[in-house]
Amino acid sequence: MFMELAEAKAGTADQSVDPHVSALLAVEGVTMRFGGVTALEDVSFVVAKGAICGLIGPNGAGKTTLFNCISRLYVPHAGAIRFDGNPLASFARHEIASLGIARTFQNVALFATMTTRDNVRVGAHALARGGFLSSALAFPLAGREELRVAERADALIEEFGLNGVADRPAGELPFGVRKRVELARALAIRPKLLLLDEPAAGLNHEEVDALGAEIRAIRDRRGVAILLVEHHMNLVMRVSDQVVALDFGRVIANGSPEAVRANPDVVRAYLGSAG
Amino acid sequence: MMSGSSGRQRRGVTLAVLACAIAFPFLASGYHLYQGAQVLILAIALLGLNLLTGFNGQISLGHGAFFAIGGYGAAILTEKFGVAYWAAIPIASLVCFGAGFLFGFPALRFGGLYLALATFALAVATPQILSYKGFDAWTGGSQGVLLAKPHAPFGLLTADQWIYLVCLFCAAVLYWAARNLATGRIGRALIAIRDQPIAAETMGVNAALYKTTCFGVSALYAGVAGGLSAIAVGFVSPESFGLSLSLSFLVGIVVGGLASLGGVLFGALFIEFVPNLADQLSVNFGESAKALPGAIYGLLLILIMAAMPTGVAGALRFAARLAAAPGARSS
Repeated sequence: MFMELAEAKAGTADQSVDPHVSALLAVEGVTMRFGGVTALEDVSFVVAKGAICGLIGPNGAGKTTLFNCISRLYVPHAGAIRFDGNPLASFARHEIASLGIARTFQNVALFATMTTRDNVRVGAHALARGGFLSSALAFPLAGREELRVAERADALIEEFGLNGVADRPAGELPFGVRKRVELARALAIRPKLLLLDEPAAGLNHEEVDALGAEIRAIRDRRGVAILLVEHHMNLVMRVSDQVVALDFGRVIANGSPEAVRANPDVVRAYLGSAG
Repeated sequence: MMSGSSGRQRRGVTLAVLACAIAFPFLASGYHLYQGAQVLILAIALLGLNLLTGFNGQISLGHGAFFAIGGYGAAILTEKFGVAYWAAIPIASLVCFGAGFLFGFPALRFGGLYLALATFALAVATPQILSYKGFDAWTGGSQGVLLAKPHAPFGLLTADQWIYLVCLFCAAVLYWAARNLATGRIGRALIAIRDQPIAAETMGVNAALYKTTCFGVSALYAGVAGGLSAIAVGFVSPESFGLSLSLSFLVGIVVGGLASLGGVLFGALFIEFVPNLADQLSVNFGESAKALPGAIYGLLLILIMAAMPTGVAGALRFAARLAAAPGARSS
């Protein structure tokens, strides 16, 4: 896997002509294959700083694969992903958080045995530097960092109304609450880009409405760009500044929500995969 | 969990246990003192294994090997190179850290049961490597190495009391360090890797580095325990570091409670005393019942795990919760 990484990104040094200077995230010709199946083919699009970008497409269109490429879980076979001008392939998986990319997971990947508070504290892991020695021997540095992480986590717990469940193990919480914990955890490192993988899945109508308002509020308060994978079309069209539609691993439309909704290819893709 | 009252409670219990442990060598003597030192030594090894298996989720059936490196390291350094015991144990433990850290790399490739098998192989190989003829000059082959017992400074205490207190000092310091690790940033990252490795990495946890370092730290604890054991027993030989030692460590952390640091004390008491208890019980069944100690031990183990599936520490936590607030569940 590390070999692939080195090969894939060895020849991308042309920073001379970058048409997207204000772009936060630039996906450039990304292709990803699994065996004989091409999950993503020559996918390119750009997300501006502080924008909410909806990523839509029928099941199997490659949305989650693209997410996993952006969070460096997969390395594309061709193409590049730049974040703030940096090619992601030159960073290790665990360095992506420090760059300013945070994410949630489709199936909510909380640390089940840990309390809500500790989950959010792990989210702030990249804000501190101390290693085993400074932690084991209680160096002053470790204490100071621990305090900073604790304050950060407490502020988010307050903001997301999680005080009542702060000391409960995350695995015991109801699904809707776990999703809020995951959101708070993702925001703990003050990301510049937040990846939300189907945040509305499993929520009821009122909760989806509240979620839409919340997503916009998160962006407005923090100026964080949001890339949103979602099946819930109303939600995507309502909150997004930009919508990218994928079908069979290709971009079939990219533009304002209204333009994408009216795009004949998008209509066909959804009618063709009705169900 | 870290809220005021329970934190104060924990500190109170810790200090009470420490006070009893300090008083013990002045009340007990002879064999009891030796057993007390053994419990402390086992507790140190269990602390290390619990960091690795309980917190980080890496199963090791081979920690006897690191215990052996610590024991032989201390023995060879003191007897063949004339190093003082108080310097030999830290040196041998650092060697263990290195060995554990390096073993952590192949361990990255194995998950769960496969890692258990790889470490099992380590445990099986250890006694034979130790009795290998080519190393005779250092290891003494199957004869092993005899160590001189250290004396207490200024002659104020007996040698047994002194060894016990050295073990207690090491156990206390290592418990403190393990608690610092477990309750802070590192401990959270270790648990995060165990629970959701991919999510942990997207949060900036360098999983490979944490897992290998955790293996090293865990081996270091086993090494300190092995070094202390060599000095307390006054002797190391290949058959003291067999498979049963490695397995007893695993029994210890499960009985004490996985991912519970206080629980290791119960685990250590169990491994030290329950086999003897089984021996004594089996005597009641007459001379012909030779296989019975093992059977009774197994039965006791099953009964304890049935009664306390999350170990002694889990059972105590449950009891404390019942006692604190009957019926008043936190919202």
